[in-house]
Amino acid sequence: MKNHFPSLWAASLALALGLLPHVAQAQAKTLKVVPHANITILDPIWTTAFVTRNHGYMIYDTLFGTDLEGKVKPQMVDTWSLSKDKLVWSFVLRDGLEFHDGKPVTSEDVVASLKRWASRDSFGGFLLKSVDSWETPNAKTFNIKLKTPFGVMLEALGKPSSNVPFIMPARIAATPGTEQIKEHIGSGPYKFNPADFKPGERVLYTKNEKYKPRSEPANGTTGGKVVNVDRVEWVIIRDPQTQFNALVAGEVDIVEQPAFEQYSSLKAQKDINILDVTPAGSQYIFRFNHLHAPFNDVRIRQAAMIALGQEAHLKTQVGTPGLFKYCRSMYPCGTPFASDKTGAYTGMANPQKAAQMLKEAGYDGTPVLLMRPTDLAAIAKLPLVAKQQLEAAGFKVDMQQMDWATLVARRAKKDAPKDGGWNAFMTAWTAGDILNPLTMAMMNTTGDKGWFGWQDDKQIDDLKVKFAQASSDADKKKIAEQIQVRAMETASHVPLGQYNNPAAARKNITGLLPAGAQVYWNVRKD
Amino acid sequence: MLRFLAQRLLATLPVLLVVAIIVFLILRLTPGDPAAVIAGDNATGEDLVRIREQLGLTKSVLVQFGIWIGNVLQGDLGYSYYLNKPVIDLVLQRIEPTLSLAVGTITLSVLIAVPLGALAAWRMGGWLDRFLSAFSVAGFSVPVFVTGYALIWLFAIQLDIFPVQGYRRLSQGVWPWLQQLVLPWCTLATIYVALIARVTRASVSEALTEDYVRTARAKGVSETAVLLRHALANAAVPIVTVIGIGVALLIGGVVVTETVYAIPGLGSLTVDAVLNRDFPVIQGVVLLFSVSYVAVNLLVDISYLLLDPRIRY
Repeated sequence: MKNHFPSLWAASLALALGLLPHVAQAQAKTLKVVPHANITILDPIWTTAFVTRNHGYMIYDTLFGTDLEGKVKPQMVDTWSLSKDKLVWSFVLRDGLEFHDGKPVTSEDVVASLKRWASRDSFGGFLLKSVDSWETPNAKTFNIKLKTPFGVMLEALGKPSSNVPFIMPARIAATPGTEQIKEHIGSGPYKFNPADFKPGERVLYTKNEKYKPRSEPANGTTGGKVVNVDRVEWVIIRDPQTQFNALVAGEVDIVEQPAFEQYSSLKAQKDINILDVTPAGSQYIFRFNHLHAPFNDVRIRQAAMIALGQEAHLKTQVGTPGLFKYCRSMYPCGTPFASDKTGAYTGMANPQKAAQMLKEAGYDGTPVLLMRPTDLAAIAKLPLVAKQQLEAAGFKVDMQQMDWATLVARRAKKDAPKDGGWNAFMTAWTAGDILNPLTMAMMNTTGDKGWFGWQDDKQIDDLKVKFAQASSDADKKKIAEQIQVRAMETASHVPLGQYNNPAAARKNITGLLPAGAQVYWNVRKD
Repeated sequence: MLRFLAQRLLATLPVLLVVAIIVFLILRLTPGDPAAVIAGDNATGEDLVRIREQLGLTKSVLVQFGIWIGNVLQGDLGYSYYLNKPVIDLVLQRIEPTLSLAVGTITLSVLIAVPLGALAAWRMGGWLDRFLSAFSVAGFSVPVFVTGYALIWLFAIQLDIFPVQGYRRLSQGVWPWLQQLVLPWCTLATIYVALIARVTRASVSEALTEDYVRTARAKGVSETAVLLRHALANAAVPIVTVIGIGVALLIGGVVVTETVYAIPGLGSLTVDAVLNRDFPVIQGVVLLFSVSYVAVNLLVDISYLLLDPRIRY
């Protein structure tokens, strides 16, 4: 007789060591992703953090999406129309839309969500100024009645990046935009279980079996959001080397944004693919403080623009060939409003010309207080290059090192630099956030109420209103270009080139979609 | 003994109060604004004012302190500005990984270092003594992340014996829990073995020169008994002191190892909170660290009673 005791003992031991629960769990197909940042805030309307935006795409759906060509296409919306006088937009929702708690998505949920979004988002704020009233004639239909035409309605509702107009249940969307929501229920392709959320450790999403994807192929944030895995686990690993090791060892499937220095090693791994999921990438910028000397003088700002060149910045900060490109447009190259009309700005450093411009402007040697964040590896090297290039043109630069938390606190101060203020700082924006003049923070030229730097330019403001009212693509393009020309003339900021930070994935992962954000529908794990 | 305990516990209160005042003030004096961090890149001036009001940061420092300390006395460490969760929940989430790391490391270190140090002292100048000297220098000199990466490369990637990163809770099984911790324990143990072994060697070698050891040998006691019952027992006080310091450091100060191995411990919680200016979390965690240091010191002092009958409080 066969002796079963050894196998019985082994089974008992396995049970005692708690291995059997693992077997059951391991059968669920789980996609393990290392996100580019630790997710702490779960409200994608309250914060603009990209990791929270990506969380939003997991569990919420949107009325419209934006494809890779920048075209806005319907998502939750089935049909829509615009009245002849261009003052009433009518939308009808698709059939079968349901929240994770089983309740149907209604027009009231949509209106409440849009109101909350518009209360926080600058593009939404523009929309809100034009809105006369919101109507919900039936559960599937909502109307937006306007005081003045708003030609970029679809662009607003299909905005791909922060803040994305995600749709939530009305009771949750009733939370004021100034407070964080406490429940996280959407109608998107994945569900979120708060009990599985361990800040700094992991986030777990499970497939929403009742989600009804559109029939069109997925493209950007449009099309069918088909889920091919049972679960997605976001594994928080901060250290780039550990991310690399975990990916190579197969403990994770995708690393969203490896460190730039690792791409050559990753390419050499036979089991790893490099995938560009945000083709338009991101853009570095140099931002002036328009309130205080020397940059309160447009001639000196223009001289700084000419002094700064993209090549040195990109090669120093990014380094890896193929991951950066020169683009002098303020709107990212490859996006609908990108334009070569950049006036005197070429993107190439010209210290001699800048020096001449400084002399003509009567620059008196007032130091430029340039803030440098030491704890953000993604942008920490940029101010070192900027300082060198500005000094080569004759500027005096006082570069002050601080952590990001100190920088953002100081950035908010309107005091003179010697009293705790600043003259310049540098940062990066994803392309999705600076696609058009209404979303680009640097083109908020409302002075005191504007974005940090507080540029005051009525011409840009007026042009933005015209842009919002324009209905044809040609008109929008023309006006966006005019705004760029004006922004260049007034030196609102300096675009310092574009870069990509592709994802790294194991070869058994396919279907990772290029989009304006990192999204995890369409992905297969073989 | 009870009186000693009561006195020590009472003495803890002013220590904690001083720590609370210092950490509270330092945070408010340090540059950086939690509202600006929370508000993000698109923030306006009004956003910052509103958030500061919501967080209670517009109140006077004295009022803020009064509110906070009043809540602490009721067991409420406050709410994380950033994570919108009670600080106590965040700490409880991180306690198990931190204690697993600390207890495992110190246990492994003591099991290796004490015998190693005692034997090195017993045979001073011998090959074991020289090995210990060399190992101690390496243990102190090599940065812990270098040791970590080296162990990961060898045992996780090349030999595929242990995982690269992560932490599995005990509730998920003893073996998965153990697997995740072996490499981090070994990484941290290199420092603590070096430290404890050197102190053991020094202490035991001194004890071996004492008269009672000479007497024991003269009476024909075996070398093993001389080493263990006489020398080591009398050398234990400084060894236990160093072990106590090690435990306290392990609870709060191993953020590099937590980062290398992606272990969600209290160290990384604290660092994140500092970078984000998450005042309630920093305050709460620092207070807890202080309590743990006081508790560890108390345990060490009590252990002296057991180790040295001459000591009486």
